[in-house]
Amino acid sequence: MSNTTYTVIFYLFAAITVCSAAFVVFTRNVIYSAFSLLFTFFGAAALYVFLSADFIAVTQVVVYVGGILVLLLFGVMFTNSIMQTGQKSEVLHIIPGTLLLIAMIGAMLYTIYTTHTWMPSETMLQGSIVERIGFETMSRYVLPFEMVSILLLAALIGAAFLARFDKPGK
Amino acid sequence: MSTMALSQFSIPFLMGNSLNAWSDALAGFYLFGLPLGLVILAAIPLVFIALYSLTYGVYGERKISAFMQDRLGPMEVGKWGILQTIADILKLLQKEDIVPASADKFLFVVGPGILFVGSFLAFAVLPFSSAFIGANLNVGLFFAIGIVAIEVVGILAAGWGSNNKWSLYGAVRSVAQIVSYEIPAAIALLCGAMMAGTLDMQKITMLQSGAYGFAHFFLFQSPIAWLPFLIYFIASLAEVNRAPFDIPEAESELVAGYFTEYTGMKFAVIFLAEYGSMFMVSAIISIVFLGGWNSPLPNLGGFALNDWTNGPVWGAFWIITKGFFFIFVQMWLRWTLPRLRVDQLMYLCWKVLTPFAFISFVLTAIWEVYRP
Repeated sequence: MSNTTYTVIFYLFAAITVCSAAFVVFTRNVIYSAFSLLFTFFGAAALYVFLSADFIAVTQVVVYVGGILVLLLFGVMFTNSIMQTGQKSEVLHIIPGTLLLIAMIGAMLYTIYTTHTWMPSETMLQGSIVERIGFETMSRYVLPFEMVSILLLAALIGAAFLARFDKPGK
Repeated sequence: MSTMALSQFSIPFLMGNSLNAWSDALAGFYLFGLPLGLVILAAIPLVFIALYSLTYGVYGERKISAFMQDRLGPMEVGKWGILQTIADILKLLQKEDIVPASADKFLFVVGPGILFVGSFLAFAVLPFSSAFIGANLNVGLFFAIGIVAIEVVGILAAGWGSNNKWSLYGAVRSVAQIVSYEIPAAIALLCGAMMAGTLDMQKITMLQSGAYGFAHFFLFQSPIAWLPFLIYFIASLAEVNRAPFDIPEAESELVAGYFTEYTGMKFAVIFLAEYGSMFMVSAIISIVFLGGWNSPLPNLGGFALNDWTNGPVWGAFWIITKGFFFIFVQMWLRWTLPRLRVDQLMYLCWKVLTPFAFISFVLTAIWEVYRP
């Protein structure tokens, strides 16, 4: 593919990501904002592909679209007053919120403009990325990997315990 | 020998015989500076889905179900009712496109679209022949498993957008079923990936080629491979909402499930998505366990059947044949087995398939490490 094609496709996906993310925030209908997240996650996955991190891109789709988004949609759909768009929180701190927003955007822009050079990796990627990820997970990062597994197992057992059906006889 | 000439049949394409030759040539095809080849590349599986759904999907399923129930099936339009599907399409095109007054217009319209895109995206990584694959990713298999998630969102959009109790029940059932059965399906496919040592679809297929044909397929390469094969087949039935796991559209309880309110072309798109997913899972099971585009015929002494029946064009023939065979089994099961209850469905997934998938995973790992 030529460079122009790449650029066009990149800006297409960047636009999809940004627009859908803006829609998530600005729409008043909770269900639309949940569905709009699909395009945000998908656009982010596409941007990962442009960084030649295709494994992370697919993981993004599996975890965020397949797991988190579906859970979110389930939660949102079974909420009663879903279509009432006039819902507002009682507490509304406009001034601190705006200050925080400006500070955050300022800090991020400052970092972007002062970081002149992105730090490239010292070793170039060679061969299949998936194999490298597998080796690293099972050798150097085996302890964090196992700790995350135990955390997830504990969460699973907890969920099963909470959702357990108590027999009336006991 | 005409058969031998056929294995070198890609001369009319002028693109050679090497790996991914056709798709690479197409990807490099530009017209007026526009990457037209990429569009054609994506359109080929689309045309394939449409053609196969029309012929084998709709007409074939009606005929097969009819023969299994000792009926004749469609017989009126054309000889043996061959033109029945075309008549159906004309009818669907003329139908009024009804959007219920109380439905959520946007989600109702967009739902079938997302659903179809979800089922179509996985075709990007299916190697249709040694010379043709949409995108030769090194995470192809992972992509094919994961991209089903988009279909789930489409089903929820359709079911919720219809604003109908049956639709919502159907959508929720369908999503619960797909999300649950993804787990045994993924672990079973992981057994195949472990035997191959890669997630690249073309490499998985190439590892299964050899002079003895079917004996090189992963299904026959390990004494436990039949277990993940069986688990994936059962789980894939649930993932595409086919009987005996068609509780999302259970017509005796839910009218038609999440597509109750759909008419005309939107209904057709939902069915196109279903037939697309049916071929997708059938192709994945053939690639991982049954050699994909490799010929199953062995070389028998002087009769080099395997050499004669391998090549890019033969490859496309074999993978489509294998896919169609599994679709036939899916149809066969649909008209043979009764539908499961919701609790039986979840019992089967979590207490039978998932533990056995783990067992087959461990056994495959042991076999791969200590293989004699």
